[in-house]
Amino acid sequence: MMDFGSINPAVLIASLMVAAVPIMLAALGELVVEKAGVLNLGVEGMMIVGAIAGFITAVSTGSPVLGFVGGAAAGAALSLIFAFLTQFLLTNQVATGLALTLFGLGLSSLTGQGYNGIKPPHTGAVPFGPLADIPFFGRVLFSHDWVVYFSIFMVALIWWVLKSTRLGLIIRAVGENHDAAHSLGYKVNRIRLGCITFGGAMAGMGGAYISLVRVPQWVDGITSGAGWIALAIVVFASWRPWRVLIGAYLFGGITVLQLNLQAAGSAIPVEYLSMAPYLITILVLVIMSSGRGKASLSAPASLGQNFHASS
Amino acid sequence: MLRLEKRPNPSQFWQYGTPVVAVLLTMVVGGILFAMLGKDPFAVIKTIFWDPLFGEFAFYLRGQLLVKAGPLILIAIGLALGFRAGIWNIGAEGQYIMGAVIGASVGLAAYPTESRLIFPAMVIAGAFGGWLWAMIPAILKTRFNTNEILVSLMLVYVAETILAKAATGFLRNPDGAGFPGSRNFSSYKAASNPELIAGSGLHWGGVAALVTAVLVYILLQRHILGFQIKLAGQAPRAARFHGVNPTRLVVFCMGVSGALAGMAGLFEVTGPAGQISIDFNSGYGFTAIIVAFLGRLNPIGIVFAGLLMALTYVGGEMAATNLGLPSAAIQVFQGMLLFFLLGVDVLGNYRIRLVKGA
Amino acid sequence: MTRDILLDVAGISKSYPGVKANEDVSFKIGVGEVHALLGENGAGKSTLVKMIYGLVKPDEGRMSLRGKAFAPSAPSVAREMGVAMVFQHFSLFEALNVAENVALGMENPPPMRELAARIRAVSEEYGLPLDPSRMVGDLSAGERQRVEIIRCLLQDPKLLIMDEPTSVLTPQEVEILFKTLRQLSAEGTAILYISHKLEEIRTLCDAATILRRGKVVGSADPRQSTARELAEMMVGATLTPPERKATAKGDVMLGVTEVSVASPIPFGTSLKDVSFTVARGEVLGIAGVAGNGQDELLLALSGELKTAPDKVRINGRAAGDFGPAERRRAGLVAAPEDRYGHAAAPDMSLVENAFLTGAIRRNLSRNGFIDWPATRAFADEVIATYDVRTPGNHVAARALSGGNLQKFLIGRELDQTPEVIVINQPTWGVDAAAAAAIRQAILNRAAEGAGVVVISQDLDELLEIADMFAVLNEGRLSKPRPVKGLTIDEIGLMMGGAHGMEVAHHAEA
Repeated sequence: MMDFGSINPAVLIASLMVAAVPIMLAALGELVVEKAGVLNLGVEGMMIVGAIAGFITAVSTGSPVLGFVGGAAAGAALSLIFAFLTQFLLTNQVATGLALTLFGLGLSSLTGQGYNGIKPPHTGAVPFGPLADIPFFGRVLFSHDWVVYFSIFMVALIWWVLKSTRLGLIIRAVGENHDAAHSLGYKVNRIRLGCITFGGAMAGMGGAYISLVRVPQWVDGITSGAGWIALAIVVFASWRPWRVLIGAYLFGGITVLQLNLQAAGSAIPVEYLSMAPYLITILVLVIMSSGRGKASLSAPASLGQNFHASS
Repeated sequence: MLRLEKRPNPSQFWQYGTPVVAVLLTMVVGGILFAMLGKDPFAVIKTIFWDPLFGEFAFYLRGQLLVKAGPLILIAIGLALGFRAGIWNIGAEGQYIMGAVIGASVGLAAYPTESRLIFPAMVIAGAFGGWLWAMIPAILKTRFNTNEILVSLMLVYVAETILAKAATGFLRNPDGAGFPGSRNFSSYKAASNPELIAGSGLHWGGVAALVTAVLVYILLQRHILGFQIKLAGQAPRAARFHGVNPTRLVVFCMGVSGALAGMAGLFEVTGPAGQISIDFNSGYGFTAIIVAFLGRLNPIGIVFAGLLMALTYVGGEMAATNLGLPSAAIQVFQGMLLFFLLGVDVLGNYRIRLVKGA
Repeated sequence: MTRDILLDVAGISKSYPGVKANEDVSFKIGVGEVHALLGENGAGKSTLVKMIYGLVKPDEGRMSLRGKAFAPSAPSVAREMGVAMVFQHFSLFEALNVAENVALGMENPPPMRELAARIRAVSEEYGLPLDPSRMVGDLSAGERQRVEIIRCLLQDPKLLIMDEPTSVLTPQEVEILFKTLRQLSAEGTAILYISHKLEEIRTLCDAATILRRGKVVGSADPRQSTARELAEMMVGATLTPPERKATAKGDVMLGVTEVSVASPIPFGTSLKDVSFTVARGEVLGIAGVAGNGQDELLLALSGELKTAPDKVRINGRAAGDFGPAERRRAGLVAAPEDRYGHAAAPDMSLVENAFLTGAIRRNLSRNGFIDWPATRAFADEVIATYDVRTPGNHVAARALSGGNLQKFLIGRELDQTPEVIVINQPTWGVDAAAAAAIRQAILNRAAEGAGVVVISQDLDELLEIADMFAVLNEGRLSKPRPVKGLTIDEIGLMMGGAHGMEVAHHAEA
């Protein structure tokens, strides 16, 4: 039997909340992008560029907060390439997204030279005073850095914006039927441009969290598929923000459990444990998509199609 | 202000013109990048694009071109079939690894028997390995409508862990003093994939790539299956109206691209790489995506694109050793090439017009 | 009666590459006037109203609204100035509810709860019942149009533009719509009514401007003109109705028994127990408002949707489980409604598109290899026989105008010596001359012994060419009846009447 006894549940929950932050931020950004009808497969590329840009900014300014801003800015900048190509030159979104990932991987590795082995400035926990000492809940709820709370706040914010504001309604309308939105006078390409940039910033910030908090250092290929898992989580969540939170915590949990089992010297070989997040992603995708096309029904109807005002 | 206007007919000129323009633009912007890295851009561009062909060491480097181009072409042709049909297999890297691992396993199981049948059996096993790995996303897509992009990509990471396990575990050289890595195939004649003509760089993988290019070209131009692939990609509803069975098409395209990637992996591991090692795969499965688009998803175009991409690899290594250019710069260069290609491609279907006013 | 001028359009021109969509167009609309804009498909009506609505900018000319210069740079500007538009292809979002759809068309929508109340109020006032919380994807075509109309009415428009509003309505629904429009007109709202249906215009409109090839060719008082006079102004030629040779009824060529299939289209309509037969030489016309299962019926007949083997019999053979290719081999050809993407691959050449369905019956491949010379010959034959205007067989299908492409696509099917022909919307968006040619070609094939099913939303067309008549309503097919002796009221009732709308206006009247 495996030994789960050595794993403290409060620590486990607390650390899965941390582990979930990068994919949660990236998935939330991509959710908004896809709600607007755009499929950006470049999440992995934007994350890793955000990871190195955030790392460099934090190291050179000494401020981790500026690091996150830098990561978000870099992710947004990279996403602008995608936005320009797909929205104005009408390139294929799948191919352009792949190009963004390939380019981002190379760019991060190029700019990251000389940053190996450096430790970034520490992002500390938000001081909650005595609250942090409450048994169990103190550790689970009041022991985190600000980005953990920010990511949860963003879930609520995006949920509220999409559901109850005019901006959210317009974004959904553009993703649902861009021709109709155009004929009502909405600037489809500009709205999409804004969403893509937002998605890029979120992915970049998620990437920065990996290099500044999760790991924390710079290594080539540091995101190792987190961007792709974020894309899968959007499908898992059926394009609903609160389900992104559930999905991200689920995957965070698997990652943390898998690492804990490795550390605890489990009988399962290390290789199989490290495969687990990817295999479970596939499993979840299958379950979500097989429910009589349910996932595809909640997908925005114009997802992945380019818009060109021909008349 | 500039406006795009759809052409009634796709432009024939830009069909062939775009790759050339994209390469030139990449050279210009790449040159600026190299200058920003503190290198003389002209020297770098010359080292990458000229020296491997006509420079001092061209006699050796030209051979290296075919070594690198072979797997790129083989994989890209398979991918192009799928891309044309709107089937996005982007996990060729995983299929490439699995082809190598399964193919190598067959060879290593036969060690030290010498037989002419061993290498062909390994090639078949390699193709089978890649095919098998591609069938997972194919069947999940046709059965459960699961997104093949994400599944095939996730399987790359799984394949990489299997490769690590193979190199350090079940395929490790029992006489290797515990070092990771399998037996070296160059010292096992029946299972090795040597250079066929000394100095040419041509091994069985290159031969397979060229034969495949011709066969797939004929398939696309003349055969009804090629017509159906193009139709399914351009107008999926028209394809169903024509009578295309989408399931069969997905299984065919994924299967062919997986098998070709698996074969490429086997040729690589028995030839240039020499052994199963933890990092014998060098990202060919991803670079092949660029090659497929650069070659306009056309088998003959892909042959040229593969050679060009090989040039950037070989020249890039030269620039790394001679000029100290970081090897990641080449990766950025290749990524940029794909951006420019996709961007310039718009000229094929749209006209750019200057219009007055806002 | 003289009215104050509301909108004055003077000398408007607009060109697209290769076409002059509008040339020196002028006309005036009075306050509260119902003004018809009459013209064939492609006459330039849509471009003209898009300019009035601010979607397209004119190259030349000017407009004024209540005497003030009017040059809307965007639909929002036009809306602000009191111009509203109901589109022919609805600008609606299926996955959003009615209230959200209405809100998207307004500049400053009130909070959702208040908006829902106002939607209820306006819909009752004008006899257009509508539930604000329903998902638009679940509504019928007539109900969707009500969403568009209410969206416009909530903004108190001075000018309401309606683009072919009745093409999706049953005759009874048309009556109700006209009542609403007259009520609006009486309240002082002008209506610009775009149509090519002459009888409608004669009953509804106060004035008419007739467009042909982008130019104004005349104006008329529709109540004083006959339909024939209007038609000849619109078409610019005298039209001859199609001829048909009487043929005796033969064997059953197509037998459909209790076909029920789920729709593969999101928000589509499933077919429920559809049964009919078509005999040799017979034309069965299937009418119905769009979205009542027409697309699904075509898919079920073409083989894109399969059923149990003996539910569909082609020339006596059980063919329900056949795919499209096998059904063609068995003698059935089909022409779907959507030309760009379903019947044809828009980016492929006419030759490749000829191969798309012609491969089997015209033997265009050998051992899986395509015989390109034979395919080119087939494409050329269709181009010549059906008078398809094209620079050659190599051009992409999308380069052809709608009518020309339709001639090619119908010709492609008819030239395969078919035994059963199924066509959805044979002349939709096609000019009158081409439409007449297409109808004649269909009748000729029937006379040669094919069984024909024509699905159409154009009642006049069906009454002109069909022997038997049936209606699709919510996925169910009525029992086919001989066309002779049918009245328009009976047809209306077969089409589902007014879909429960009678209540509203009756209560008010």
